[in-house]
Amino acid sequence: MSGLQVESVSAHATILGVGAYRPVRVVPNAEIVDAIDSSDEWVQQRSGIRTRGIAGESETVVSMSVEASKAALESAGVDVQQVDAVIVATVSHLMQLPSAAAMIAHQLGTAQPAAFDISAACAGFCHGVALANDMVRGGTARHVLVIGVEKLSDITDPTDRGSAFIFADGAGAVVVGPADRPGIGPVVWGSDGEHYDHIRSRKDWTEVVASGDLREAAITMKGSEVFRWASYGMAKVAQQALDRAGITVDELDCFIPHQANNRITDAMARSLRLPDTVRIARDIIDSGNTSAASVPMALQRMIDDGDAKSGDTALLIAFGAGLAYAAQVVVIP
Amino acid sequence: MSTEEIRAALAEIVNEVAGIPADSVQLDKSFSDDLDVDSLSMVEVVVEAEEKFGVTIPDDEVKNLKTVGDAVAYIERNIAA
Repeated sequence: MSGLQVESVSAHATILGVGAYRPVRVVPNAEIVDAIDSSDEWVQQRSGIRTRGIAGESETVVSMSVEASKAALESAGVDVQQVDAVIVATVSHLMQLPSAAAMIAHQLGTAQPAAFDISAACAGFCHGVALANDMVRGGTARHVLVIGVEKLSDITDPTDRGSAFIFADGAGAVVVGPADRPGIGPVVWGSDGEHYDHIRSRKDWTEVVASGDLREAAITMKGSEVFRWASYGMAKVAQQALDRAGITVDELDCFIPHQANNRITDAMARSLRLPDTVRIARDIIDSGNTSAASVPMALQRMIDDGDAKSGDTALLIAFGAGLAYAAQVVVIP
Repeated sequence: MSTEEIRAALAEIVNEVAGIPADSVQLDKSFSDDLDVDSLSMVEVVVEAEEKFGVTIPDDEVKNLKTVGDAVAYIERNIAA
C-alpha cells in the first residue's frame, strides 16, 4: 500500500465576507436602569453603553444567524451551496441538542455541510475563525461559515446590578475560504480554568429546574476581577498575536476587541500603546455586549462605516468565560 | 521610600487614571466615597501601583484598600518584604 489519499490543500485562507444581524428593538439605558436602581449616566460611565439590541420573540438564535449568514455570503460572493462547514459560537442556544449549526445550515439551504457548535463563550468567534483557517488550509473544508450569535436577554437577570446593563443580543458571521495570500494570522489562544467562576451560569440546568426559578440560569460575573484580567492580561495576548503575525502596532489599521466594556477596550488600547492611527471598534456603545457575536458585529459595523477598508489589517481578540481567549490578526476583505 | 513619597507617587497614579487632583489624594481619604474612584478605576490604580512599586496586590486584597492610607500602608509593608 502506498499510503492514504488526502485532499489537496490551500496554502492560505482568508475572510471573504462579513455580515451581521441586529435586533429590531433598540433599548436605551432609561428602560433598564430602574430595575438595577441606577441611572443612564452611571451605565455610560461604567461601560460606555447607551443602547443595546434586544431580540423579540421571533428573533431567535437560529433566525438571527441565518440573516447574518446570508449577508456574509452575499458580501463574499459565495453561493450557499459552496458552504461545506458551519461553525456556530454561542452560549445562548438553549436547546442542548441538536446544535444550532445544523438548524442554521438547513434553513440557509446548504448542501448538508459539517455543522457544529463550539462552547468558548465570548471567545467563541475567534476560536471559530482559527478552526476555519486550519480547516481550509488543511483541506477539510473549502468554504466555512463562522457565526457568532447570542440572545443573552434569555439568560440575563434584569435585577443584577453587575450584568443587567451589559448583555445584549445579535449575530455576526464571516465566510472563510481559500486565498492566494495569508488573510488570517496565527491564533494565540488558551484558557485559565482556575478562574472558571469569574464568569459563569449561576447554576447548572439540573439545579435550575430543581429551584424552579429560571433566573438561576442567568450569567453572573465578578466585575473587578474580570476587568483586571481582560484589560491587562488580554493586552499581552493581543501583543503576542501581533508578534506572531509579524505586525507592529504602527502597521496595524484596526483593533476589534470583544465588545465587553468600553473601559476594557480603553485599558487594552493604552496597554498596547496603540497609536492614534489605529481605528478602534466601539460598537458596544449602541449594541451592548453580545458575547460571541460582538467581534463579527463590530467588524461589520467598521466596514459599513468605512473605518475598516479592504486590505486593512485588523487585530481581533475575544475573551470571556472559561476563562478562555483567542486572538489573531486578519486582513479585511 | 518614605510614607510621603509613596503617597505622592500613588497620588500621581490616581490623577492619571481618574483625573483627580493629586493634592486631594491624602491618607485619610476614601477612594470611593471621597475621591469618587469607582471599582474599575481602582483596578487600574492597583495595576499601575504594582508596576511602579514592584509589589503584588491580589484581587482579594483590593477590597481591603478602602482609603489612600490603607493602600500606602500595604505598599510600604510589601516593598519592605
